[in-house]
Amino acid sequence: MTIAEMNFFQRMLYILERYGGSLVKGAATTMAIAIICTLLGCVIGFAVGLVQTTEPHKKDGLVKRGVLRVVKVILTAYVEVFRGTPMMLQAAFIYYGMSQLFGINLGMWSAAIIIVSINTGAYMAETVRGGILSVDPGQSEGARAIGMSHFQTMMLVILPQALRNIMPQIGNNLIINIKDTCVLSIIGTVELFFTFRSISGALYTYFEAASVTMIIYFILTFTCSRLLRWAESKMDGPSNFDLATTDTLAFTSGLTRYDAKKGGTH
Amino acid sequence: MSEILRIEHLVKTFGTNEVLRDIDFTVSKGDVISIIGASGSGKSTLLRCINMLEEATGGKILYHGKNILAGELDEDQYRTKVGMVFQSFNLFNNYTVLENCIIGQTHVLKRSKASARDKALEYLSKVGMELYINAKPRQLSGGQKQRVAIARALAMDPEVLLFDEPTSALDPEMVGEVLDVMKALAETGMTMLVVTHEMAFARDVSNRVIYMADGRIEEEGSPKDVFYAPKSPRTRDFLSRFSQN
Repeated sequence: MTIAEMNFFQRMLYILERYGGSLVKGAATTMAIAIICTLLGCVIGFAVGLVQTTEPHKKDGLVKRGVLRVVKVILTAYVEVFRGTPMMLQAAFIYYGMSQLFGINLGMWSAAIIIVSINTGAYMAETVRGGILSVDPGQSEGARAIGMSHFQTMMLVILPQALRNIMPQIGNNLIINIKDTCVLSIIGTVELFFTFRSISGALYTYFEAASVTMIIYFILTFTCSRLLRWAESKMDGPSNFDLATTDTLAFTSGLTRYDAKKGGTH
Repeated sequence: MSEILRIEHLVKTFGTNEVLRDIDFTVSKGDVISIIGASGSGKSTLLRCINMLEEATGGKILYHGKNILAGELDEDQYRTKVGMVFQSFNLFNNYTVLENCIIGQTHVLKRSKASARDKALEYLSKVGMELYINAKPRQLSGGQKQRVAIARALAMDPEVLLFDEPTSALDPEMVGEVLDVMKALAETGMTMLVVTHEMAFARDVSNRVIYMADGRIEEEGSPKDVFYAPKSPRTRDFLSRFSQN
């Protein structure tokens, strides 16, 4: 039976049989780039967001204030440029720019990772800034009042809470990255979309190849979003508000039982 | 009694709004000073200025003779000596009760984990919260949170503890448990500066009462003098509003 004689499902099966290996490889590349770049993007985002929310200390000298000001301007420019231009063009710009201006030939992996990371970082910077601002100012006053420095306050109290607040957004970014790595096919990264183009080009079965690839993309994103939901609920712990009945100082009638051994959560 | 804090000509303005005008008073070891007054009289701002959460516009805050406002002592180091309990508790939501009381000790005072834990447990049992060391702040009632906040402040071994309306955010039935803890604390000789609307506490527990109005200290004296023989007509007027109900 030739491809021309097959029906839709048979063609899909044929693609899976013949190109299953490359599809899995493409999907793995896509996932690897998406996960690595989301993580690196988070690191960049946290670094940038942290600087953006730093106010100069009143005792800082002019030099320190000036440096902070300049760094902030540069970071704002970075965020605006990378949020404001298509990643596909950024990929071409960086990949071909590096080779033309500096004679550096970025490999497929390093190019992909650099481009998607700094793009994600630009989005994450704003998300982190929002996450930091969303933490109750009382939290930082509480930390300052026991003598924590600005840095300690940030690392120990504010950022962990900001991280929890922006978890849904990090998940969002991961899913966007899984899909958006497809623009890397412009610089020849062999990821899932590139594999789709090869298959459809070889067999002239655009519809079937697209269907198979879409299903794979969906499985990837859906699994990730469920896993992240699960991680979020893990971070929150149980949601029941068990209070004390054994507290001798408190007026506790009507409150549910608190089990001290289990940390009061069951 | 040895002097810990001396506030001299303290001024605080927000824009053109003068919130504190020329505040002078001293805090000595073992003092329990209640600061009373109507809303907007500058009580909380005064406390926040003393703990440097607000930057005073003028005047001096002398801690053992060192002017904090002139940077004669490191700000963070000073804050470990002058603890603060907030109206809204401000427990760290990402840590358990025990961790809340340990983290400042290990990271700021550089105490060992074990000794910090011992100290935290000691103060948590003093405020009756030793059974809840593994609970997260959101699992506690307001009164319990405030007791943990007091333990957290105490664990830093401060010389003075500032209370900024510690019972104002609590349901009525929880006010008592926090006041009991504060009363017990006062009896151990802790130096306390308490902004409060609890007149019974001010009258019975403190050794000095400051009545503030319009950013000034209108009257200062022993609870007996301020409550039963107020000199200023404004103090009398303010207190009469409490005795009516």
